Amino acid sequence: MSSERKIRVLIAKPGLDSHDRGAKIVARALRDAGMEVIYTGLRQTPEQIVETVLQEDVDVLGLSILSGAHMALFPRIMELMKKKGLNDVLVFAGGIIPEEDVPQLKKIGIKEIFGPGTPLQTIIDFVRNNAPRKA
Amino acid sequence: MPLEKPRRFILLRSLEQLAQGVVNGDKRSIARAITLIENNGEDAQKLVSLLYPYTGKAHIVGITGPGGSGKSTLIEKLISELRRRGKTVGVLATDPSSPFTGGAFLGDRIRMQRFATDEEVFIRSMATRNVPGGIAKATKDAVNVLDAAGKDVIIVETVGAGQAEVDIIKVAHTVVVVFAPGLGDEIQAIKAGIMEIADIFVLNKADLENANRAVTDLKASLELNAQEKAWKPPVLKTVALTGEGIEQLVNEIFEHKAFLEKGEGASKRRKWVETELVEAIKQKVADLIVDDLKKRKVFNELVEKVMNRQVDPYSAASKIVAETLLSAKKD
Repeated sequence: MSSERKIRVLIAKPGLDSHDRGAKIVARALRDAGMEVIYTGLRQTPEQIVETVLQEDVDVLGLSILSGAHMALFPRIMELMKKKGLNDVLVFAGGIIPEEDVPQLKKIGIKEIFGPGTPLQTIIDFVRNNAPRKA
Repeated sequence: MPLEKPRRFILLRSLEQLAQGVVNGDKRSIARAITLIENNGEDAQKLVSLLYPYTGKAHIVGITGPGGSGKSTLIEKLISELRRRGKTVGVLATDPSSPFTGGAFLGDRIRMQRFATDEEVFIRSMATRNVPGGIAKATKDAVNVLDAAGKDVIIVETVGAGQAEVDIIKVAHTVVVVFAPGLGDEIQAIKAGIMEIADIFVLNKADLENANRAVTDLKASLELNAQEKAWKPPVLKTVALTGEGIEQLVNEIFEHKAFLEKGEGASKRRKWVETELVEAIKQKVADLIVDDLKKRKVFNELVEKVMNRQVDPYSAASKIVAETLLSAKKD
């Protein structure tokens, strides 16, 4: 019997952003790279996002944020992920995130931050090379 | 083999523990179990066998209909009404995989995210992984996982279905066919395949123009059905956005459930099990023959012959099956 492993990715929009063009572009690029991409839609709480990671059993979580609330929302998400034992999920972020916040976000477990203008191929390669290999 | 009663923390070390977690209703275990089944790993069948004794309690509702008819929004309202009645709910939402890249964009749960943090609701998105029929190959076993986990009602959403995506009848006890006014000719859209599988018809977006016309058309075409059936599919009107008509839809679903339990359904249930068994046998036999064949020289020879038009694929297949059966008899 053949094993049909697919990389599953959740693209999530925490907080009060009102548009999601960037999130959808990334979601579509990952889809076209052969991954199964789940999208949460706008205005999600950290609790909703982490529950969705758990129920969908994704390998990768991509957070998109434009509102400037990342230093409040991202630590909360990472904390909940840890609490639920979701330590093996690869987390990356994108959107409007100032350079000076990046070290702190990496410290709490966000593996990479992609700013505006990042080539889509960079993100695809990053996910392919870093997605955990779960059974 | 009976599994123990709840334990607090479950390490996912073995299949037995995974099954135990599912039966306990542990969400992480449910999620992992579905992944295992979707990826069709070696252990998938063993896991299903472990869980099977715990299944058979849930009522399974299929939601199908053309894309854009409002299936996901309707499901969100269904969850809400079922929760109001104290029922626990599982949802499997299907979207298509790309036949070109194998990738998929799973967007059904966007409408249901309100229930992401409800402890008694489990929502899972599934890609078809290029199996025709409107649901994924793993859907049936994923239903078994949610059933074993103790969900009272399991809702299975198909991909946007036109005419031939009728595999939902192999999975669901009650099939709800959703359509909407303004999707071209409504009756046309559902005339052949899915028209015949409905236990309940729902005209969603019933606040739109032409809704009454669509209902009349549908009822008229149902009248043409000469066969006298014990269950006559009702035609309901809903507005999923506002929740209008949802209570009645849930009533009808339970009405149909009661009908199935009254003996009329016994033969239908038997038929499901028959189908399930036949499908399982087909799969097994095909795997056995093909796995064995690929190891043998004769396979390559046959491929060559078919390529050179010396033999057609059907005759080649008949020959292979006959030979395999013959050698099986000798053993």
